Amino acid sequence: MIRRDFKHSSTYFLGGIMSEAQEKPRTADEVGVPDHHQYMHPLLNKNHGNWDYHDRPRAGVLRHVSKSGDVVFSVRAGTQRQMDVYTIRKLCDIGDEYGDGHVRFTTRSNIEYIIADEAKVAPMIEALEEAGFPVGGTGASVSMISHTQGWLHCDIPGTDASGVVKGLMDYLHKEFIQERMPNRVRITTSCCQINCGGQGDIAINVQYTKPPTINHDLVANVCERPAVVARCPVAAIRPAMVDGKPSLEIDEKKCVCCGACYPPCPPMQINGADSTKIAIWVGGKHSNARSKPTFHKLAIANLPNNPPHWPEVGAVVRKIIEAYKADAKDWERMGEWIDRIGWKAFFDMTDLAFTKHHLDTWTGARKNMNSSSHIHF
Amino acid sequence: MQGDPKAGKQHATPILDELESGPWPSFVTGLKRLRDSKDKKYAPMMNDLLGQLEHSYEERKGFWKGGTLSVYGYGGGVIPRFSEVAEEFPESKEFHTLRIMPPPGFHYTTDILRKLCDIWEEHGSGLIALHGQSGDIMFQGCTSENTQIAFDELNKLGFDLGGAGPALRTAMSCVGAARCEQSCFDEGRAHRGIINKFLDEMHRPSLPYKFKFKFSGCGNDCVNSIQRADFALIGTWRDDMKVNQEEVKKHIAKKGRKYTIDTVISMCPTRALSLNDDDTLDVDNKSCVRCMHCINVMTKALSPGDDRGASVMIGGKRSLKVGDMMGIMVLPFIKLETDEDFEKLEEFAETCIEFFADNALEHERIGETIDRIGLPAFLEGVGVEADPNMVNHPRTSSYVRTDDFDEEAAKWFERKAKQEGRAINDE
Repeated sequence: MIRRDFKHSSTYFLGGIMSEAQEKPRTADEVGVPDHHQYMHPLLNKNHGNWDYHDRPRAGVLRHVSKSGDVVFSVRAGTQRQMDVYTIRKLCDIGDEYGDGHVRFTTRSNIEYIIADEAKVAPMIEALEEAGFPVGGTGASVSMISHTQGWLHCDIPGTDASGVVKGLMDYLHKEFIQERMPNRVRITTSCCQINCGGQGDIAINVQYTKPPTINHDLVANVCERPAVVARCPVAAIRPAMVDGKPSLEIDEKKCVCCGACYPPCPPMQINGADSTKIAIWVGGKHSNARSKPTFHKLAIANLPNNPPHWPEVGAVVRKIIEAYKADAKDWERMGEWIDRIGWKAFFDMTDLAFTKHHLDTWTGARKNMNSSSHIHF
Repeated sequence: MQGDPKAGKQHATPILDELESGPWPSFVTGLKRLRDSKDKKYAPMMNDLLGQLEHSYEERKGFWKGGTLSVYGYGGGVIPRFSEVAEEFPESKEFHTLRIMPPPGFHYTTDILRKLCDIWEEHGSGLIALHGQSGDIMFQGCTSENTQIAFDELNKLGFDLGGAGPALRTAMSCVGAARCEQSCFDEGRAHRGIINKFLDEMHRPSLPYKFKFKFSGCGNDCVNSIQRADFALIGTWRDDMKVNQEEVKKHIAKKGRKYTIDTVISMCPTRALSLNDDDTLDVDNKSCVRCMHCINVMTKALSPGDDRGASVMIGGKRSLKVGDMMGIMVLPFIKLETDEDFEKLEEFAETCIEFFADNALEHERIGETIDRIGLPAFLEGVGVEADPNMVNHPRTSSYVRTDDFDEEAAKWFERKAKQEGRAINDE
C-alpha cells in the first residue's frame, strides 16, 4: 500500500479561513468518484455493455440500438461551458419537459439528452434551438472548441479562452449544426504555451514573443529561485544580484519565450499587451482511427491577440477550414489530408507563408525532416 | 462583506458586450445574469468580476494570482485566485475554484444538477464550468470564507474534491459501455476502482508532480488519454473482429462499391481489409491493429471481437516543459472482466504510482522520467517484460552494450513457451 503516515496529520489544512463560529470543522466524507449508475438513464443501466450499433438520424442526434432491442436517442447541443446557474437550470428544464431527466456531457462540453421515446426528439430539438442552444456537434461536424480558462480565471493566461471560443463558434455555428465536413474537426485553444487545451485538427494557442520582464524587487520574496532556474527548458535563467537584491537574470539569446518560468515566479511577467501573440497549429489528432495519434504542427505564428473578436485568428481558421472542406476526402482528418497533399499544397491552398520558423529546432527535430526523395510539386 | 450597497455601481463592459450577439451561447450574457440577480449574495461579486474581465480585455492581461487554500483534512483540490486589481474590484478579490470530481462518463440527472446549482447559488458565484480540461466540475468563484462551507454541502451530496498540485488528479472516462457498442471494458468501474483506491494521493499531495488517469473504451480515444494521461487505459480486443456480412452487403448497396473501397478498404492502415467479389468483407485479423476506422464507418456491420480488454499506455502529457508527449504502449493487453482482473489492474496502477513517487524528480512527469532513465529501466521497475508492441521499430542505434543478449533471448523464448499473448493476468 502507498502510505506515508505524515499525510494524515491535519497540518495540510492551511487554516485561518474558517469563520470563527465554526470551531470544529467538518471532516470530509472521502467518497471519491461518485457512482455514475445512480444518474444514468434506466435504459443505459439496463443495456450497459450490451449495445449493438448506432447511427445518426440527423446532425446532433445519435440512435443507439441494444442487442436487447432497446433503442435510445441522444440529442446533443452546444453550451458555453462556463455556465451560470440560470443556463444550467434552463438546460434542466428542457431535459425535464422534453426529455427523460437524464443528461450527460461530452468531453467538449456539449450536453446530451438521453431519451427513450423517438417522438420526443423533434420537440426537444425545437426547444433547445428556441432557447439558443445549437443542436449538432456529431459526426463530420466542427464540434465545440475544447478550451481553457483564460483571463476569466487562470493565473497565467495570455488571452481569454472563452472569448476566442465564443467568437469562433459564432462563425463556425453552421458547421456545428450540420455534418458537411470530410470528417470531424476538433479545434482547441490554449491561453498559454503549456497547451492545456490539448491537440487539435486546429489549435489556436498563445505564443509569447518576448522574454519575461523581471520585477527584481519581488523575485527574492516571491520565487523559489533554484526551482525557477530548474524550470527553464533551455537553461537560460541564472541567479543574479540586481541592485543589491538577490534575483534572477535571463540570457535573452537563449530564451525561447515559452513562459515556463512565469507560473513558479510571477514577477517574471511573460505577457505583454503587444508581445503576447497567437499561433495556429494544424493536424493534431487524438484518435487511433486509420493513422496513429498525432501532434499538431505550426501553420502560422504572430497573429495579434485582438479581443473581443480576434478577427485575424478567425480569418486564418476560416481559410484552413475552407481548404480542408474543399479538398479532403471523406474520412480524412486534417492531418491525414495534409499528409496526402503535402505541406507545400497546404501552404499554397491556405495562402499562408512557410518560414524558417516552421523548421523544428526542438529535441527530436531531425525526425521531422524529410530524409527521402519524396517531393510534392 | 458581500452585498455592500456602495459597491453596487455597475461596471460598463463595452468590449465584453460585443460577445453577446451571434448564434453561439454567450458566457458574457450568463455572467451578466448573475450580476443582475440583485437578490442574490453573489451579484456584487459578479459585477466586479465582469469589471475585472473587461479590464483584462482592455489591457490584454490577466489579473489573478494563486495562493494556498484547501479544506479541512485535504491539501489540494481548491484553486485559489486572488485579484491583483482588488482595489478597483473589491467584491471579487477572492474568486477561488473548487474542483469537484464528476461521475464517470459525465452522467447526471437534472435533479442532481439542480442541487449542485442550489449549493453554488447559496455559497458561491453561480458560475459552473462543465467541465475543465482534466474533467473536473469547476465551481468557479468562491470566497475564502465560503470554501469550506461550499465543499461541505457538495460533499454531503456525494461529491468530493478532485486533484491539484503534485498529486493524483481527477480522471475522465468516455461514455463507454453505458451507451457505446464499441466499448471494450467497463470504463466507469476501472475509473472508480483506481481513483477511489488512491484518494490519499489526491487529497494529500505528496507525489513529485501530477499523475493523471484517463479511460477510453476503444482506440477512438474520446477522452484523449494517450496525449493527456500519465496512465491511459484504452479498450481493445484479442480475437477476430466481428463481421455481419449481410450488413456489409447492405452498406455497399447503399453507399456504392467504389465509395466503400475508397472510404473503408483503402483507408485500413495495415491493408488488412479486402472486398470480395460478392460484396462481402475479407478481414486479415492477424494484420488488424484495432484502429477502429472500419468499425466507425460500418457501425452496424462491424464490431470489436468478444475477447475484450484494454491496453495500458504510460507517459502522456502536455507541453511543460520538454514538449508534448504521448503515452508509450506498456501493457498491450489486459483482460478486464472478473473482480480479479480489476484488482490486478489496480495493483499495476499502484505499482506505477509507487515507481513515480520513488523515482521521478521534482516537477517531472512519468513520461519525462521514462525518457531520462530509458524504457527498459522503467519496465524493470514495474515488472513488465519488453514486448514488440511497445515500439514502432527496434532500436536503430548500435550504441548499446549487449553482452547479456543471449540470456535475454533465452528469457524471451521461455516466456513465449510459457504463455500465449502478453497479458499480465494470464499467468
